[in-house]
This record gives sequence, structure tokens and C-alpha cells, in this order.
Amino acid sequence: MKLRNMIYSMLLLPSLVTAGAADDPVLTMLKIDQLETRNTDGPDPLVLDGQFWIGRDLDKLWFKTEIERVDGATEEAELQALYSRAIAPYWDMQFGWRGDFRPKPERNWLSVGVQGLAPYFFEVDAALFVGESGRSAARLEAEYEFMFTQRLVLSPEIEINLYGKDDPAVGIGSGLSDIEAGLRLRYEIRREFAPYIGINWSRKFGNTADFAKADGEDIEDTQIVAGIRLWF
Amino acid sequence: MSRILLPPSYGTSLSRRRFVQGLAAGGAMLGMGLNPLQGNAASYQHRLGAQVLRGNRFALTYSPTPVNFTGKQRFATAINGSVPAPVLRWREGDTVTLNLTNHLAEDTSIHWHGLILPYKMDGVPGISFPGVKPGETFTYKFPVIQSGTYWYHSHSGFQEQTGAYGAIIIDPKEPEPFSYDRDYVVVLSDWSDEDPDNIYAKLKKMSHYYNFRERTVPQQMAEIQEKGFARYMDERTMWNRMRMSETDISDVTGYTYTFLMNGVTPAEGWLGLFKRGERIRLRFINAAAMTFFDVRIPGLKMTVVAADGQYIQPVSVDEFRIGVAETYDVLVEPKDDRAYAVFAQAIDRSGYARGTLTPDPALTIDVPAMDPAPILTHGDMGMSMAGMDHSGHDMGKIKMQEDQKPAMDHSGHNMSNMSGPEQPMSGMDHSMHNMAGNEQMQQGDMKTKPMMGSGKAGYGSKRAIQHASTEYGPHVDMRSEAPQYRLDDPGVGLRNNGRKVLTYADLFKLGPTYDPREPGREIDLHLTGNMSRYMWSMNGIKFADAEPLQLKYGERVRINFFNDTMMNHPMHLHGMWSDLETGDAKHIPRKHTVIVQPGARISYLVSADALGAWAYHCHLIYHMPGMFRKVVVSKGGAA
Repeated sequence: MKLRNMIYSMLLLPSLVTAGAADDPVLTMLKIDQLETRNTDGPDPLVLDGQFWIGRDLDKLWFKTEIERVDGATEEAELQALYSRAIAPYWDMQFGWRGDFRPKPERNWLSVGVQGLAPYFFEVDAALFVGESGRSAARLEAEYEFMFTQRLVLSPEIEINLYGKDDPAVGIGSGLSDIEAGLRLRYEIRREFAPYIGINWSRKFGNTADFAKADGEDIEDTQIVAGIRLWF
Repeated sequence: MSRILLPPSYGTSLSRRRFVQGLAAGGAMLGMGLNPLQGNAASYQHRLGAQVLRGNRFALTYSPTPVNFTGKQRFATAINGSVPAPVLRWREGDTVTLNLTNHLAEDTSIHWHGLILPYKMDGVPGISFPGVKPGETFTYKFPVIQSGTYWYHSHSGFQEQTGAYGAIIIDPKEPEPFSYDRDYVVVLSDWSDEDPDNIYAKLKKMSHYYNFRERTVPQQMAEIQEKGFARYMDERTMWNRMRMSETDISDVTGYTYTFLMNGVTPAEGWLGLFKRGERIRLRFINAAAMTFFDVRIPGLKMTVVAADGQYIQPVSVDEFRIGVAETYDVLVEPKDDRAYAVFAQAIDRSGYARGTLTPDPALTIDVPAMDPAPILTHGDMGMSMAGMDHSGHDMGKIKMQEDQKPAMDHSGHNMSNMSGPEQPMSGMDHSMHNMAGNEQMQQGDMKTKPMMGSGKAGYGSKRAIQHASTEYGPHVDMRSEAPQYRLDDPGVGLRNNGRKVLTYADLFKLGPTYDPREPGREIDLHLTGNMSRYMWSMNGIKFADAEPLQLKYGERVRINFFNDTMMNHPMHLHGMWSDLETGDAKHIPRKHTVIVQPGARISYLVSADALGAWAYHCHLIYHMPGMFRKVVVSKGGAA
């Protein structure tokens, strides 16, 4: 498979480029944007939102994951493996694969998106997904940072998901499916390590909301969150 | 133990202060083993600077050397066991032989910065020679055909960051045009406990990692209150669209650096002794990896007599900015029996190196407070109009801010020392000068000489700004649209500070121009990069992808630099002088390293009188891998 070859060749690169003070060494970065627990009526979920990349200035192999575990069981799990190519000073184009492992059944998507820093310092990640059986999806994420001091940062963010058609097996309806908005206040003990507290609001819409209601789930939830953000 | 001075606090914790201040009695001491209790002489011995080696044969050895500047032991890539390395004192006319032995686990080298020598002796791995492998000895041998203050450093990897630098003094054959009673080297540098590879990686992952002076919400609210929301947003437009920060002054800061003066931390400071009434020559060398310093000695005028080792017409100043790799020789004459602070604050004010000039080691002096942290202006971004990755924005309404205008007050200029018949006139393209005294210059005077940008030798290029197609893409985040000659601009953080600050417009060669020819051709070099991706290049092409620059042996060529970034870049041409065009054809000063200010242009002339292959690069160590060119001088050439 082409993607697999690409992954292998990227992973082999470090051994080939160690000579001298090259201006563009192969680097790796693991970034956990959220590792948090959320305060709910039932058992508190543990949420992981993280990324890992390996590559050079303009070309990277980029993994993204979102996992939610409740009571020892994984309720939601998503992984993306993307090739990331810089297309503008502040923008990367990313394409590859997205797999939704939970809830079952598994869904696979081809993904194409852009990630970067928009004017006025908005961090943006926007992607389109094409799945099996004519399924399609779109996601927009945006984040901003208010620095109260050099280390105390308030960060609002929003994620919007849209789907092309109903997928009742996983509880997804067509159109605007869900919006999640968060406000997190972190303290950067070091650049790389910041505990935070915050509030997270989410709401399901349209058919997705109807599927949730039918399952006896809430369609709107507001949670207090606490976690850590780290990278290295 | 000598008394440790705690300087004024600047709002940081004790542990942080110790980090910036460094450890007392730290560093790599040649006098190691001295018991601090043995008495006065022993207690300040380690503050007197590096040992001096004289003669014409030298043995220099790299070895991993334990140092402790911050309370943590680290290993320096030290030469002869000291940081800085020993001062090498040569005589003009001698042939020197230097045996360099490498006891490191990696390749190494020494480059003789600013020296005119055969290219195979220049010490740049991959260009002049293959480098020196672990366990090997390489012999440098070359005639010394110049005099003055220079320095030497590793040109391998990031070894300069970890202590591989030292001073060179070359005593002239001819008597010097000034006299002095004492002669001190003042080597400025920046030490980090971090592995330089990690610093570089961090900058690539988060370019503002070391900047702890970013704009905060309280600051923004205060500004909105003062200016109103509409005007505030209007003024923020450029920064918001460019996605850049006007507090981005230094890539690497006092967050990780301890700034050193002759290898001594600010906790103690270097110690220079004098007797009242003596004239002291201070040879300042900026051997830092990344840090520009603003140097002054409160209470003393400094007469600058040499720049980059070459005599200039003496100019009296209160302060000067020294870019990475530059050198300035100054004379001072303390009239009082008291201590004076030699104060070198980092350009971003995140810390300082310091020393004490004193008739008695027991005397101390308060360390001056640092100036406010500088803020970049629109002019520093090379615009009256915006030069951004998305062109077509109407930035016309952006006004030049008041503090963007260069300091006009040259009243401190010591004109009586000028030996040249003409007054210096530079930077005339954008402002009237207020020359000695407060006399407004007469229109008639202005017509007697060409202005900057006239195209004549000494007066810079009249070429229009053109950006090559290679400057467009994800690797370049900005292109200056209106870069100006800003020779009389002391630079961000020094404008209108009430002190007489040296500028390039003050530099005139003592004696006639070395090569009075008009340039046969011009080469435009745009300094380019992407700050947030931390990529650096020239004309948008990094070293790894670049063809060498070809010069024809014997030609006189003009180099035009255009800075398409928001950083100062100290550009260093190996093997040949950079004859800086400061506005007087008859007295063109010679430099080896030239600061190109953010968003500015500057020009110099080069006589291609040195056959071979040479390095040409930004001397900021983490810019150097990309912002680098090989220069080939051959009889065929490309002229």
C-alpha cells in the first residue's frame, strides 16, 4: 500500500540525515493538547486529544488521535495518519486516512484538509472526509489564545462536525451533527507542560440529536474539565 | 569570596535570577584549585579573563571541559581548557603556526574570524578543508598581514555555543594612531545549559519558545483604553495579518542564556583594573552564538577607534550596539578613583553581561537597570507598505510611528577628532541631519556630495527592490516592500534614548579608502526566512539548495543586502573585506561582519582579491545552517 510505504520511508529517514549541522533535520514532536477528565452526572470520562509528527520543515508525517474512555471502556476512538505538506508560510495541506474505531462498527475515511495559523492568530484545522458507501464528512476546528501573563493562557476552542448522510449504526445523522466548544485556562509551568482547568460544552443537532434521544442520551452537556497539556 | 552584587530585580524569582545571573565563581577557570580563602588576589583571579598566549607557535587543544555557570555542571567544547579560549597575541608580519588537536568525540575546526589568509587555512569544514577528526591534529600556518582585534571560533556544528571561542590581538608593525596605558579584551558571549541541538529543535517546533515578553491581555486592554478600540485594531492590523510579534527581538533569550563577559557570569562580573588618569583600551568582541549586546560604561565617554579590527576616525559615544561577531576597540579615561560598570545588556533586555573597571578590586559599583524591552515598529518590518505573503492588502494607512525615526541628535559627535576634511553625511535619503552642535545643515552642503543610494562607490546602490520568484512560497513569510538605508539608525531599543549611540553612519576609515574603484557590478542578496517554521535562507534559497556565488578575481563588486525578515542579521564574508558604504567615498570603512537591520537595506563593496572558496553567512548560529552561501573567487569568475 502506498501509504504504508510512505510511513516506512519517513521512519527510516533519521538514520540517513545525521551528518553535520543540517539546516533541516528530521524532528519529532508529540503533542498532547488535552488529557483531561470531565465532570459528569455518571462516571467521569477520560479524554485524550493528541498529535504526533515526524518530518522536516515542509514535509511531515502527522498522526492525530481523539480517544474517550468511560468506566474502563473506550467509547470513542479516532486515529488519523496524514502526509503534511507546507503550502503557504502558515499553512500545511494534509491528506491521508482517518479511522473511527469506536463506536463500532469501524468507519474508514480518506481525508484532505488544511491546518495552520490564520490572520489574527486563529489556529485552524479544517478537513473533508470521504468514506465507504458514499459517506462524507467535514470538520472545522479553531482555537485562540489569550495570554494573561507569559504563562497563564486562556484558550477558547470550537469543533464542528458535519456529515453527508445518516449512519444510524454509529448514531450519526446528516447535516450539522455536533458542536463542541471549550474554554481552558492553563498555566505553563514550562512551555512543554501546563495543567489546566476549564469548561466544555457540547451539543448534538438534527438527526444525530434524534438518534441520541432515541438511545436515551443527552443531546447537550456542559462539563467542568481538568487536565494537562504537554509536548516534547 | 569576593562580594557578590545583586543587581536590581526585574521581577523574577530567586531561582530564575540565579539562572540569568549565573553562578559566582563559575565557569572554566585556568586558576582552578585556587582556594578562595587564600586572600584577595586569589579571590578575584578568576574574574580577570582568559590567559594570554604570545609568540608565533601555538598548541591548541579541544577537549570536553567541565564548566559550571549556573549551578549545574556541563561540558564545554573548550580550547585549552578555558572559556573563552586563551587570547592569542600575534605580531603583524609574523608567520604563525597553530597545531590544533581534537580530543572531542566529534569533528571540529577553528576559523580565524576577520583574518585575511589563504583559503585552505580559513577553517570552514566542507569549504576550506575537511575539518579535524577526533584524535587528529591539524596544522594551520599562515602569514599575519594585518593588525587589530579579531577572534577565533569553531566552525563545526554548534560548538561556538558551547564555548569554542577566543580573542586574537595582532600588534601592528607601525605605531598606532592613539596611545593607551592598559589594554583589555572584553569577550561577550551567551552560555546555555541546554544542548544546542535541542535549542534548534525547540525553535523549529515553537519559534517563540524563548520569548517571555509576548503581549498580554492586560497590556492590550490598557492600550484599548488609551487609544480606543478602532485605533487599536487599526494599529494591530499589520501584526495580526502577518501573524508576527513585535516583541520578537531575539530568538534565544535570557530564559536559557547566562551572558558572560570574559567568561565571568553577571553574578560577579569581569574585573578590569586601572589607575586613575590612565587611558584604557577595551577590545570588545561579540563571541555570542545569538545575542546582540548594547554596551555602555555609565560615567565614561567611549572613543571608538577601531571597528572589526580596522582603525576608524575616532568617534566619541555613550553607547554602542555590537552585533554577533563584530568587534569594537574603544578608549576610556576614568578621571575618578572609583569603580565603573561595564554594562552589556542583551538587545532584548532579557539579561546582561557585566564587568567592573576599578582602581581597587574591593570597590564595587551598582549595576545599571536595564532599558525597557524594545518593540519592533512597522519600519523594522521594511514597510511603509506591507510586504506580506498575501499581497494586495491596503496597508497604506499605516503611519510611521514616532519612535521609528532614527535618533537625530548627533550633538555628542566628537567632530574635532575627525581627520577627514569632510563631514560625514549619510542616511540622507530620508531625513535631515542635525550635525555637530544644533546647526541645521545648509542646502548647499547637501549638494556637495552624493546621497546614499546614488550608486557611486561609498554611497550605496540606486537599484530598485526586486524580489526573486524563489522568495515566494511556504519558506518565506515576509518580503520588505520599502527597505531603507538606515545607517544612522542605532536600531530598535536604542532610538532616542538620550544617549549618543554609535551607528554605522559614524564609521569612516582612518586614512584613504583602500580600493577607490567604482563597483563593476552589483549582487542583490535578500535575507529571507520563515520565522514560525524557523527556516532561514538567502533569496529564498537555503544553503543546501544554493549554487555558489561566483566572483572574478580582481573585480570590485557591490553587495546589496535587503532584509526581508524581522531579525537583525550579522552577515560575515570570509577571506575578503566588506567595505561598508557609509556615505564618504574617500574613507570607506572595512568590516568583516555587517549588521543588516530588520526591514532595512545596506550595501558594501568587496574587492575579490582572495582566490579560493569562502563561506558567507549570517553569524547567528541557528540561522547559519540555512542563511549561508559558498563564495568562489576564480580567475574565470562570473563577472
